[in-house]
Amino acid sequence: MLHYMGRRLLQLIPVLLGMSFIVFMLIRAIPGNPAQVILGQQATKEAVEALNASLGLDQPWFTQYFRYLGGVLQGDLGVSLRTKLPVSEEIFPYLAATAELALFAMIIAVIIGVNAGIISAWFQNSWFDYTAMVIALIGVSVPVFWLGLMEQWAFSVKLDWFPSSGRENVRDPITPITHFYLIDTLIQGRFDQFTEVLKRLVLPGMALATIPMAIIARMTRSSMLEVMRSDYVRTARAKGQKMFVVVYKHALKNAIIPVLTIIGLQTGLLLGGAILTETIFSWPGIGRYIYEAIGFRDYPVIQSGILVIAFIFIMINLIVDLLYTVIDPRIKYK
Amino acid sequence: MAEVIDLKKDAVQNRAAGPWREGWRSFKKSKISLIGAGIVLFFIVLAVYGPNIAPQGVNEQDFTKRLLAPSGQHWFGTDDFGRDIFSRVVHGARISLWVGLFSVILSAIVGSVLGIVAGYYGKWIDTIISRLFDIMLAFPSILLAIAVVAVLGPSLQNALIAIAIINVPNFGRLIRSKVLSVKEEEYIVAAKAIGMRDIRILFSHILPNSMTPIIVQGTLAIATAIIEAAALGFLGLGAQAPAPEWGKMLADARIYLLKAPWTMIFPGLAIMLTVLGFNLMGDGLRDALDPKMKS
Repeated sequence: MLHYMGRRLLQLIPVLLGMSFIVFMLIRAIPGNPAQVILGQQATKEAVEALNASLGLDQPWFTQYFRYLGGVLQGDLGVSLRTKLPVSEEIFPYLAATAELALFAMIIAVIIGVNAGIISAWFQNSWFDYTAMVIALIGVSVPVFWLGLMEQWAFSVKLDWFPSSGRENVRDPITPITHFYLIDTLIQGRFDQFTEVLKRLVLPGMALATIPMAIIARMTRSSMLEVMRSDYVRTARAKGQKMFVVVYKHALKNAIIPVLTIIGLQTGLLLGGAILTETIFSWPGIGRYIYEAIGFRDYPVIQSGILVIAFIFIMINLIVDLLYTVIDPRIKYK
Repeated sequence: MAEVIDLKKDAVQNRAAGPWREGWRSFKKSKISLIGAGIVLFFIVLAVYGPNIAPQGVNEQDFTKRLLAPSGQHWFGTDDFGRDIFSRVVHGARISLWVGLFSVILSAIVGSVLGIVAGYYGKWIDTIISRLFDIMLAFPSILLAIAVVAVLGPSLQNALIAIAIINVPNFGRLIRSKVLSVKEEEYIVAAKAIGMRDIRILFSHILPNSMTPIIVQGTLAIATAIIEAAALGFLGLGAQAPAPEWGKMLADARIYLLKAPWTMIFPGLAIMLTVLGFNLMGDGLRDALDPKMKS
């Protein structure tokens, strides 16, 4: 197990190196000079050159790349050209905002998706099965940003149930501790703020949850259908076990493995793919952070932001692979 | 003489049982796939005959008719320039299908070539190409697309290229694994034994035998490509005004969420329906052509 983990971690090194290199080259190909963007169009040539030199942008690209890489290895993700703050400090609140939203969405998606899939398989070809699968099909086809807009229209403009955008009430700001606002408000005992944060999570969370929910439901259903036909399930039923126990205890245990892969993969995708939802709901997340940085040619932020997301994505996949052995002891890694 | 005719008859029957016909037969049986194919066909008709179907020109403005609600005259209402939304949605079909289809063709070609080379030659070429795919798949696709468009400049064509690039590894991996399994078949060994050149083996034996997964994956990829194009358009990185691209229309309509929700409802519905059509058709094709991939 440890041996396997070590090998997997070693395999990550060339992937991460390759990623950092691709991002580095891609970003330098973006037209426009950061110094010019910072100083504005009126800036003199000398001023632009001086700023370029002080930012190290006059160096050859490989010097810049290896200097950057050296920094990353020591936990230094560079300094934002725009705010002059270290990216490693600045990035955390954004990352936490996206993580909170993504986890919230994933919890909704897993609870509803897995159960809908199980019930669909249990009552195959029933009206529930058909309805759930049609909804799931529509779910994978709906553009998330449009769904977000429709939610805003229905639930905040028309019905006024939820606030339409933002992560907190600007008139009653939250004092950040962990930057996960649900946790922060609980620590501070501010239950009024807690419900406010929860309310603000609902609409973007639902929008973000749609696609993974649909995918999880479909995957659970097909995986369950396969397992339900196996001999041991028939045996469990033959000995008079209650159907609920057969489905949720015996069958689910074997059916959940492929679903787990999907859940891991989708969680990783949500972290980076939340940018559209974040745009619609003015959510101060990592996607927005990187997207805005592109507009400002803020190289260190784009570079490190994408790298951090990709790193988390790869790590989640690794964790999912390792979780298999816990759930199914028959799987052994060598 | 009669025997010869019988043999011919036999041959015809044998052909009838080929994988494509068999596939078509089981595709026909599935109602859901037929609905999908029907939706796709409907939007293809809109894309081809759009200008003849739309009651108004795509950029015909009438400032006395700004933000009108849907009515008999304007089925989907009008936007802030007094343009007929129904006409714009109809015209938009051409843009979305064009981006969806061509970006997928582009990524299928590039992905197939890379996948075939990696799978057939193996060794270090395979390692390099497979690692490249790993790296690309580790990026969140929409962020990678945004970065590519940032380099190339925002336009519909560049959005198409960006979408094509991010989909290359999906096709590449698929073809590579298919080639790996086909490579060991006896007819390939036989072709090698009679001295056939690699390039001929690749293109006249291996590629045709890897075609079904490309078609299935391609149909499903068109669905995602259409959403991605609309997303880039929505972020202002795809089609530019005044093109009636569905995602761009949604972005322009956002500020009228309160006053004129219909400016947003219909372009979004159009995206959803088109994507649903391709998804249904892709699912049906997969079940029909590639029973092993059935989910």
